[in-house]
Amino acid sequence: MTALLEARGLTKHFAVGRGLLGRGGGVVRAVDDIAFAIEPGRTLGVVGESGCGKTTTAKLVLRLEKPTAGQILFENQNVAGLEGDGLLLYRKSVQAVFQDPFASLNPRMRVDAIISEPLITHERLDAGAVAARVAGLLDVVGLPARSRDLFPHEFSGGQRQRIAIARALSLSPRLIVLDEPVSALDVSIRAQILNLLRDLQRELGLAYLFIAHDLAAVAHMSHVIAVMYLGRIVEIGDAAQVVSAPQHPYTQALFAAALPAHPDERREEVVLAGEVPSPLNPPAGCRFHPRCPKVMSHCSQEEPKLKPAGGRQVACHLY
Amino acid sequence: MSALLEVSGLSAQYVGARGTRVTRAVDDVSFTLEAGRTLGIVGESGSGKTTLALTLMRLLPPAARIASGSVRFEGEELLSKSEAQMRAIRGKRMAMILQDPMASLNPLFTVGDQIAETLRAHESMSRRGAWARARELLAAVNIAAPERRVGEYPHEMSGGMRQRVVGAIAISCGPQLLIADEPTTSLDVTIQAQYLKLLGDIQREHGLAMIFITHNLGIVARMCDQVAVMYAGRLVEAGPVRTIFNAPAHPYTRALIESIPKFGDATERLTAIEGQPPDPAALPPGCAFHPRCPLVVDRCRSEAPPDARMAAQHRARCWVAAPAPAGSVKG
Repeated sequence: MTALLEARGLTKHFAVGRGLLGRGGGVVRAVDDIAFAIEPGRTLGVVGESGCGKTTTAKLVLRLEKPTAGQILFENQNVAGLEGDGLLLYRKSVQAVFQDPFASLNPRMRVDAIISEPLITHERLDAGAVAARVAGLLDVVGLPARSRDLFPHEFSGGQRQRIAIARALSLSPRLIVLDEPVSALDVSIRAQILNLLRDLQRELGLAYLFIAHDLAAVAHMSHVIAVMYLGRIVEIGDAAQVVSAPQHPYTQALFAAALPAHPDERREEVVLAGEVPSPLNPPAGCRFHPRCPKVMSHCSQEEPKLKPAGGRQVACHLY
Repeated sequence: MSALLEVSGLSAQYVGARGTRVTRAVDDVSFTLEAGRTLGIVGESGSGKTTLALTLMRLLPPAARIASGSVRFEGEELLSKSEAQMRAIRGKRMAMILQDPMASLNPLFTVGDQIAETLRAHESMSRRGAWARARELLAAVNIAAPERRVGEYPHEMSGGMRQRVVGAIAISCGPQLLIADEPTTSLDVTIQAQYLKLLGDIQREHGLAMIFITHNLGIVARMCDQVAVMYAGRLVEAGPVRTIFNAPAHPYTRALIESIPKFGDATERLTAIEGQPPDPAALPPGCAFHPRCPLVVDRCRSEAPPDARMAAQHRARCWVAAPAPAGSVKG
């Protein structure tokens, strides 16, 4: 199966200048030589803690940042080289829904204007056709037709996220980047939005790049899961396999740390020592070695490459 | 055995500037907590869980008032205490951990100063003695190199470490009750696991009672003995944690438990709760959950259900929920 979007050797470094006090200076390796593929109609879930590079990855896919090295191929075309009509087409094909629907919707625009703005920018449609599309989109995301005349502040968080989804759908994209789409919502609303996203994927054949820290939600939504740590993918493979039998010690610790769904659910306790080191100065060798419960002598010298283990790719010297 | 904390019929309201708009944020809440036990208070935003915590500590903002009820802590009525008496209790016999450790620490003082301040306010301790104790407390919350860290400012520490400092301040005077309001919401998954383990260890060591205020049922499943579920200011269900997870009586509790994604569960669709949580200032009549409830009957729309006993220690406010028959425990 050919991938819709493919990242090869994708790298993003941010130069950190010297501060006012003359301290610092260096390079943050936010994303460091990662590779993944997203197939049409499928979901790639990305998990990891703060500073692992998942949001930078999303920005690179959205071409809000340019990679330092490596490529993103969308339908076999290098995204970095796109300009003019090619770039416009890419922008139509790849849309985004962000975490905070209070910040991602303009408070001074009515819902009608919010959803139709991309249509007016990208497609030559007459007013009647735009109105019909907006009505159709509101229906698809389960909002009443009268919503179009209201402002974002008149909606709850879950409804606002539906507006953001309608806007993302307006140009019939192929891929939607979902960056923590339910984290800001109330618990009783999250299931509504996750169900809506699943339904839309099935009906419209959408591909998702789903980024979240809620591991159970990622497991529920994803076909493939990539686990990131300090700018690297440490494990990537079939979601069910990664969740049921994580191979990398970090993945194991991450899933062990996830909260249980029932008081009788007891996981093997792997409480990691210490905290995620600064990406300004990642540890030598395997970046996880200072916290790894299974650390070996050569882990601090040689950085492991991704290699096949247990039906997926794992970057660990154990395999 | 008498309870450590006994709350009955507690109501708190926010009053609008002109005194015309009254929001019942906490409405007729009753529960008890035994010494050394852990209670989880679960609810969504606007359910009144944080207002309830602030009411227990008598820390409500000026716009709010306690309308009725009683809070008995170690046999003493807290609601009739003066502010000076409360100050002697807060931080000493009951302490609180808030969500955002950056906002609960003063950026201008070292963490040692801030731990010592609490100690010197409640115990007659010398400055030197308080600092020595601060170092011990930092070590007790697993902060490496406490001799060095004690002289650092909050900005020099990571989020997880700051929350540990807040924990050290909370336990500094040996409280009997610790109220934690969303203590791990701002932390990463593995740091959250570390912190919850630390709180559990502290609790076992000191025999503390704890109240976890959270929206996260996972924290309740991991940490608590008992659960109280809040919806629109009311306690809609309360009971032992296994009873609530295995056989929830209230449709809201059941829906909440079913709506969480679970590992290894390959179902396509989650059980969603339709509609939105109500606006606390304009609650629907009758049972506040009735517009979203799949089991709604006529009575729910007009009459608020009473606090009914389902089984020993298990209570719910619902017209439809019947006491669970014996032997039907696994849901």
